[in-house]
Amino acid sequence: MKAKIIITPKKAVVDPQGITVKKALEHMGYTGVTGVHIGKYIEIDLAAGTDKAAAQKAINDAAHKLLSNPLIEDYKVEIE
Amino acid sequence: MNFAVLQFPASNCDQDAVHAVRHFGHSARLVWHKDASLGDTDCVIVPGGFSYGDYLRCGAIARFSPVMQAVKQFADNGGLVIGICNGFQVLTESHLLPGALIRNRDLQFHCENIFLKTATNDSPFTSKIPAGKILRVPIAHGEGCYFADEETLAKLKANNQILWQYCDQDGNLTDSANPNGALLNIAGICNEKRNVAGLMPHPERACEPLLGSADGKWIFESIFAALKNKTVAQAA
Repeated sequence: MKAKIIITPKKAVVDPQGITVKKALEHMGYTGVTGVHIGKYIEIDLAAGTDKAAAQKAINDAAHKLLSNPLIEDYKVEIE
Repeated sequence: MNFAVLQFPASNCDQDAVHAVRHFGHSARLVWHKDASLGDTDCVIVPGGFSYGDYLRCGAIARFSPVMQAVKQFADNGGLVIGICNGFQVLTESHLLPGALIRNRDLQFHCENIFLKTATNDSPFTSKIPAGKILRVPIAHGEGCYFADEETLAKLKANNQILWQYCDQDGNLTDSANPNGALLNIAGICNEKRNVAGLMPHPERACEPLLGSADGKWIFESIFAALKNKTVAQAA
């Protein structure tokens, strides 16, 4: 069982990495790119048979407290 | 006065902070991140460096160390706490200071001398800085761009919590004098109670002419004066 957490910068926060990569893509000739946002991807291995709802709650809590900084980042948790 | 300088794995300005405090004739000792107590302490310095390798986010892991629980309690009781560079990041992650420090806008690590304007003398960290004095101190960081939402910024302004701002040598708050893209050129702030401060520049590295600037001493002199007043007040 696995928890997958995707963390992205909030839209209001300037993301210089995203801006730089967007410019590089445009420079390479890729058209139609309207935005690039660079974040983090975290996988957490969970013991087999863990209760999915409980895991979702615990990982959400961890994502809010430690894995992301809610002031500057959004996160999405998937358990599978 | 007794200063506690925290030491996390990969702190690298801890000895500089100890040196600066001792240089001014006060006592300083290192407190290990696993210690749950600060001991006899008048002021805590959270030093610069790359605590816990800057893993996840700068300061994110340090927040949950045993020593930071003691620092939170110390700050809640009105103790003076100053975070320098990574120490500032640790204090924002710990919610002892509002806002966050994000990647410099040009993605570069900046290691250079900058100029600082003191926005208010009304704090234990700025009271002795001479009026109009522009401080020349070094910075060394890759993630020092101060960010806060509009509501927080408005509160910082309304409560005079902005302590230092990046400026040019004449004291103008220009965009070109802003090394990292910080909102409102913010280099350092304090909390609402004014007993916790953080700044990206390194005053502890600029306390002796031999180091190129002694301007950092004004921040330390302010802290010493505040602690002295506190001792006098407690004795009275």
